[in-house]
Amino acid sequence: MIREVPGEELARRLQVACPGAVEAWQDISLWVKPQRILEVCRFLNQMPGLEFNLLNSISGVDYIEHFEVVYHVTSTINLHSAVIKARVYGREEPSLPSVVSLWQGADFQEREVWDLMGVRFEGHPNMKRILLWEGYPGFPLRKDYLEAPR
Amino acid sequence: MPIRSEPVTVNVGPQHPSTHGVLRLRVTFDGEVILDMEPVFGYLHRGSEKLGEERTYTQVITLTDRLDYVASMTNNQAYVLAAEKLAGIQAPERGMYLRVIAAELQRVASHLVATGFLLNDLGAFATPLMYCFRERERILDLFEMLCGARITLSYMRVGGVFQDAPEDFWPALRKFMADMPHYLDEYEQLLTDNEILVTRTKGVSILNADHALNASVTGPVLRASGLPWDLRKIDPYEIYNRVQFDVPVGKAGDNYDRFKIRIDEMRQSLRIIEQCIDQIGPGPVRAIVPSLIRPPIGDAYGRIEGPKGELGFYLVSDGSIAPYRFKIRSPSLINLTVLRDILIGWKLADMIVTLGSIDINMGEVDR
Amino acid sequence: MAFLEGHALFRNLYCLLAGNLDNTVACSGRGGLLPVGWEWLAFAITAFAITMVLLNVFLVVTMFYTYMERRLLGRFQGRLGPNRAGPFGLLQPVADAIKLLTKESIVPRGTDLLLHNLPPVIMVATVFVTLAILPFGEDTFVANLNVGVLFFLAITSVNALAIFMAGLSSGNRYAVFSGMRAVAQLISYEVPMVLSVVGVILLAGSLSLVEIVEAQRIPFFLLQPLGLFIFVVAISAEMNRTPFDQLEAESEIVAGFHTEYTGMKFGLFYLAEYAAVLTSAAVIVTLFLDGWNGPWLPSPLWFLIKVFFLAFLFIWVRATLPRLRIDQTMAFAWKFLLPLSLLNIFVTATLVLLLGEETATGVALSTGGLWAMAGINSVVALASVLLFARMVHLRTPVHPIPSMQPSPSEVA
Repeated sequence: MIREVPGEELARRLQVACPGAVEAWQDISLWVKPQRILEVCRFLNQMPGLEFNLLNSISGVDYIEHFEVVYHVTSTINLHSAVIKARVYGREEPSLPSVVSLWQGADFQEREVWDLMGVRFEGHPNMKRILLWEGYPGFPLRKDYLEAPR
Repeated sequence: MPIRSEPVTVNVGPQHPSTHGVLRLRVTFDGEVILDMEPVFGYLHRGSEKLGEERTYTQVITLTDRLDYVASMTNNQAYVLAAEKLAGIQAPERGMYLRVIAAELQRVASHLVATGFLLNDLGAFATPLMYCFRERERILDLFEMLCGARITLSYMRVGGVFQDAPEDFWPALRKFMADMPHYLDEYEQLLTDNEILVTRTKGVSILNADHALNASVTGPVLRASGLPWDLRKIDPYEIYNRVQFDVPVGKAGDNYDRFKIRIDEMRQSLRIIEQCIDQIGPGPVRAIVPSLIRPPIGDAYGRIEGPKGELGFYLVSDGSIAPYRFKIRSPSLINLTVLRDILIGWKLADMIVTLGSIDINMGEVDR
Repeated sequence: MAFLEGHALFRNLYCLLAGNLDNTVACSGRGGLLPVGWEWLAFAITAFAITMVLLNVFLVVTMFYTYMERRLLGRFQGRLGPNRAGPFGLLQPVADAIKLLTKESIVPRGTDLLLHNLPPVIMVATVFVTLAILPFGEDTFVANLNVGVLFFLAITSVNALAIFMAGLSSGNRYAVFSGMRAVAQLISYEVPMVLSVVGVILLAGSLSLVEIVEAQRIPFFLLQPLGLFIFVVAISAEMNRTPFDQLEAESEIVAGFHTEYTGMKFGLFYLAEYAAVLTSAAVIVTLFLDGWNGPWLPSPLWFLIKVFFLAFLFIWVRATLPRLRIDQTMAFAWKFLLPLSLLNIFVTATLVLLLGEETATGVALSTGGLWAMAGINSVVALASVLLFARMVHLRTPVHPIPSMQPSPSEVA
C-alpha cells in the first residue's frame, strides 16, 4: 500500500530545510512558493526517509485568478506519495523553475503544460510546444480560451 | 583523400509503416547508425482534456475510450476510479470483480497487440501479428458480450459497470481461459527458440532501472529493467489485494526483456481472471448514483497499472456536473522520454524494434 | 546453330522455313519455304517464336506463382488470402495487373528520368535473360550455353546495379538507404554463392547447365549438402527474401528502393521479384536437384514440380522468419557462409582427387565413389554447420557512440 503523506508532515520537514517555502497545506496537498519549487523538490528527492524518486505527473490547472501546477510524486523506496502544488500568478508570462534536472520524466510533461496551459518552466532545456505547433495562438486549456482560430 | 561524408536527417513518420500511428521521429543518421533523435508529437491531438471539461462525469467515459484505443477497458477503469475517489463513491463488489476481469482481459489483448506488432517490426511479415490478432479477436468477442462494443467499450461507469455479464459470457470466458495458455506457450516458444529474434533483441537498447525511474517510465518497460513496480501489487485498487499473482521482472532491460515480460504478464493476468471467476459472487453491479454526479469541490488523482504503464487521471471538481480540469497522465507519452537515450548509437532497424518494445499508442500520446 | 538445339518443335520450324541446306541440323524435308540466303530470317522468326512462347508461358506461371504466394501466406497466417476475383481468386493477378497498368505514373520532381525509368526494365530483363539458359526438360532449352553457370551468376549481379540506380534516382532517403544496403548485401552474398557452385562444377566437370544435369548420376544435393545450403541462403539474399529482405524492409525503410515507383514501374519490380523466385528455384533444381530427371512423369512436368516445391519452401521461410539487422546480414555472409563455402570446395576437391579415377576426359568418380563422397560430405556439412553455429556470433557488441552534434535540447 502506498501511503499518502499528509501535507502537514511534509510542511514540518520543509520548514527546517527550506524555511519560508511552504505556503499552506490541506489533507494530502502541500502548497509551496512557485519560485522555490526546484529547491523543495530537490529536498523531497534526496532527503533520506522521503526519497521521492518517481515523478508521476505534472498537471496545470487554470483557476482564473491563478494557475496551479500540481506535482504528483511517489517514492518507490519508502512507498509513499505526495502532492505538491504551486500557485503561479499572472496571466501574461506565468513561470516557475523547471524540475527536469531532478527528474528527466518532467521533460515532456512540462512542455505539455507550457503548450496547453501557457505556464513557462525556467531552466527547461527545450521549452518548445509539444502537441501543437510553434506559433499556435493561445493556450487551449486556459479557461479564457474560446475557440480554435480559423 | 578522405571521402566527405555528413549525417543525414530523416523524418521517420508521420506516414511510416511502423511508427504505430502518426508518431514522427526526426532522426539523424551516420550511415545506419543513429546520432540523434527527436520525437515530434501532435498529429493525433484531439484536445481530449479540453473536451472533458464540457461533458458530464459519465460522458467523459466515452472520451477515455479513444485515448488508448487498443486498451479502452483500462482507460475506463482508471477514469472511473479517479471519479469515484473524487465523489466518494464505492462500487459494489460484483461490479469491481467484473471490472477487474474486463481490465485483465484488456491487458492480455493490449499485450497481444504489442507482441504482434513488435514481431512485425522485427520483419516477420505479419504472421505473428495475425496469430496475436486471432486471440485478440476472441477477447473482443467477450467484450461484445459484455457491452455490445468491441473497441470503444465504455463498459464501466462511476460506481460500477454498465450492466451485469450475460449468462453465456461465463462459458465463453472459461473456454477462452482454457485455450489461452496453449497459445502463450506458442509465443514463448517462438521467442526463446528463434535465433534471429534473440540475436536481434538481446542486449539492444538497454535501459537500466535508475534511468527508467528517473524518466518516470512505468509499466512493463520499467519492470523489464528489473524493478518490480506494479501498482496492482504495491497500491492495490479494487480487489487486487484478494488475488494472488506474481510481478514478472526482467534482468537486463533490453528489447528481449521488454518483449518477454509481456508474455509473462499475460500469464499472470490469466491467473487473476481465474481467481476472479472463482471469487465473484452475486449482487448488484452498480452503486446507486445520480445520473448527474456533482462531486464536492476538490481534486483527486486516480491511477491504475495500465497495460502500458501508470495510467492516471487528475480530476478537479468545482462542484458542477462537469470536471473543472480533466488531466490525463498518459504512460505512452512519458515512456517515450527515454527513447532518445536508449537509441543513440544503435541502428535504424533497432530503432523500430525499440519503439515497438516500448509499446506506445498514438491515441494516448497525443490525446 | 547451337542456339536452336533445344526443342524439336522449333527445330522443325526452322527446317520448315530454311530447308535442309548448309546447316548442322538434320532436317528431313528437302527445300524450305524461304529462298536460299534467307536463313537469317528463318533464324529470326524461330528465335522470336521461342522467345514469345517462353516469355508468355513464364509470365503465366509467374502470375500463378504470385497467386500461390499470396494464398499460401494467407493460409500460413490464419486467413484466407485473395479469393474474390474469379474462381478461388485465381484472377487476382489479372486484376492486379490491370490496376497497376491503369495507375498514374508519378515521378518525383527533379529526378534523372533515365536513371529513374531504367531500373525496372533492367530488373525484369535480367530475370528473363536467365530463361535462355535454363533446361526446362529433356531437350527443352533455348541455348545450351557452355558457360551457363557463369552466365547466370553474371546476370544476377546486375540486379545490384539496378537497385542502386533506383535507390539513388528516387530522391528519397529511404531509397538511398536501400541502395546502400543493396550494394553491401548483394555483392557480399555473391561471393559465397559463386564459391558454393564450384563444388558442383568440380563434380560435373562442366559449366553448362544441361551437362550438369546430365552428370547427376545421383542428385548433387546428396553430394553437395553444404553447397546446397550455402547456395540457397545466398540466393535468397540475392533476391531479397526474408530473412535477408534488407532492401525492402517494410517496417524500416518503407518499401526501400521502389518507394517512389508507381503504376506499372512498380509492377515491373513486383514482377521481377516474383519471377526471380522462380528462376532462382529453377537454377537450384538444375544444379542440385537433378534437373528435369524423374520417373514416370514427362520431364518438363518434373522440372515444374521441383521448382514449385522450392518456391513453396521460400514462401514458408518468408512467412516464418523475422529479419536480420544489416550488420548481422553482412556478418553472416562473411563470417559464416564464406568460410563454409571455402571448406566445401576444399573437401570436394580432395575427395574428387582421392576417389576419382583418371579417364580420357579428366577425373571421374565411380558410383561407389559417389556414394562414399555423399556420406562423407553429409557428415562434413552437418559437423561444420553445427560447429560454426556455435563459434560464430552475429550478436555484434555495439558500443553506443557519443552524439557527434549537440542534441536539439542543447541547441535550444
